Amino acid sequence: MTTTALLEAEHVSFAYGGRRAIADVALAVDEGEMLAIAGPNGSGKSTLLGLLAGTRRPSAGSVRLGGRNLRDYDRRALARAIAVVPQETGIAFPYRVAEMVLIGRAPHLHGIGLERPHDVAAAERAMERTGVLALADRPLTELSGGERQRVIVARALAQEPRVLLLDEPTTFLDLRHAIEILDLVVDLNRRERLTVVAVLHDLTVAAMYFPRLVFLRDGRLAVDGAPATVVTEAVIRDVFDVDVEVRTSADGVPTVRPRGRSR
Amino acid sequence: MAIAHLTGRRLARVHGLLALALAATIVAAATIGPVHLDWRRALDPSLGSADAVILFRTRVPRVLLAAVVGGALATAGAALQALLRNPLADPHLLGVSSGAALAGVCAIVLQPVFLGRTVVVPAAAFGGALASMAIVVGASRVGGRLDSYTLLLVGVIYNAFAGALLMFINSVVDFYQAHGVLFWLMGSLSGGDYSVVAALALYTLVGLGALVVRARDLDCLSLGDDRAAELGVDVERARLVVFVAASLLVGAVVSVSGMIGFVGLIVPHLVRMLIGGDHRLLLPASYLGGAIFLVCADTIARTALGGSEIPVGVVTALCGAPFFTYLLRRERRRTG
Repeated sequence: MTTTALLEAEHVSFAYGGRRAIADVALAVDEGEMLAIAGPNGSGKSTLLGLLAGTRRPSAGSVRLGGRNLRDYDRRALARAIAVVPQETGIAFPYRVAEMVLIGRAPHLHGIGLERPHDVAAAERAMERTGVLALADRPLTELSGGERQRVIVARALAQEPRVLLLDEPTTFLDLRHAIEILDLVVDLNRRERLTVVAVLHDLTVAAMYFPRLVFLRDGRLAVDGAPATVVTEAVIRDVFDVDVEVRTSADGVPTVRPRGRSR
Repeated sequence: MAIAHLTGRRLARVHGLLALALAATIVAAATIGPVHLDWRRALDPSLGSADAVILFRTRVPRVLLAAVVGGALATAGAALQALLRNPLADPHLLGVSSGAALAGVCAIVLQPVFLGRTVVVPAAAFGGALASMAIVVGASRVGGRLDSYTLLLVGVIYNAFAGALLMFINSVVDFYQAHGVLFWLMGSLSGGDYSVVAALALYTLVGLGALVVRARDLDCLSLGDDRAAELGVDVERARLVVFVAASLLVGAVVSVSGMIGFVGLIVPHLVRMLIGGDHRLLLPASYLGGAIFLVCADTIARTALGGSEIPVGVVTALCGAPFFTYLLRRERRRTG
């Protein structure tokens, strides 16, 4: 059997000090696909993302990129293929925006480690796509949370990856900035066929932006499918252990409303 | 117009300017001292004058020693700050210097003569620095996380412990070889000769070179270990190289000059304000900047009181402690 998937986890497990965080997960992501991962806290979402990024080694099973085991990749080669946008952007030093984005070129540098013109051009392109080119000379510490997260996305794009992994990229953003980031990601996916895998908390937002959702529960894949089939009252009760009301809006997107006990 | 980025021209310009400034500082420092020199007599080798002896046997080696020591401490500080993601990290504050001093003192007590000053004592101090770094960072890492303030506190405690051990050794052995324990605790740049300066220059340039090769990795590591791994850095290996190189820098200079604090804190901070945080520029520029800084501080130490001398570590601590407080308060405000 030949694999056509770009990024594929095959029966992957991962254990932290005896505790199994991910158990026997199989997941295939095609080139140009957009996939959201959701699940309760501690269900292993970020761990799975680390496994897909190759920064964690599975204790069993394997992750393949273009059919080749991530373990067989040189780290720098991997960083040229897969970029990660983390949840938090804690910065210890006051880098300027352009400096931060250029760090994304690190896996591409050779020789004495100076950027060549095409490296600078790639960083500029990334800044243009994320709308932070005008901020190039500003210190990162002076930016708003939303601007800063766009800079981090620009850094990831400067890596010129085939796959973009996002780990709850909107957690610390207000609604407007969260939507901005997700619009940007969808746009990149549509225009450049960038493959996107994102861990998200908000099921309504995930259903709105992502054509495919998977839910994790206790490190296992609970469901995998289109929002309409996955975001249902029964599935959410089962996976998240909470009662919700799911309504389908006019454009066919399921909308999740929790049923509080106090009402 | 292209976004601002590091070019070969910028590297050359910044380092050229700093090297010129260092050269000027060295010449100026050599002219300043408690004894007034007659330059014509000092620079004429055929005369063999007392002025020439003072200039070439005392002042010039000392000024050069100050330059090498300052450069090494500043570079080590810059590298540790990136690796530990802590702008307040300094080899002295983290106890790395006192660990190096402790090992150096042990080496002097146990092995007093043979190749002592250029090989054995520096090697022991290097080992002491490395072990201290492992202990302090290891003890600060709780549950896989390295908290900035825990690290500084553990460094303070370790410093106190190593200082007590130094005092203990001082009280049980007849410590005549060096200048007594005060020399190690307060730091001094007196009594270096050209062979010591040359050996130190060699060790510290090896350390600097190892770090400069890893400069881009340090930029990535300063964003966090996970971020660095995502950017293609072999985190374990990079961390090992940085720890070893920083220990070499600190161990080598502590073995000759004792503990001189705050250079690794003040200088990288000022350099970062002037030229930005890019480690490809910051590391070598910190070496040159640290050299300039310590030559100036030592000139003050030599001359401020006229005839008698202040330990140079006193001068750097008097500048450094208020500076540290300022940085600490600013960090607290920024991180909340």
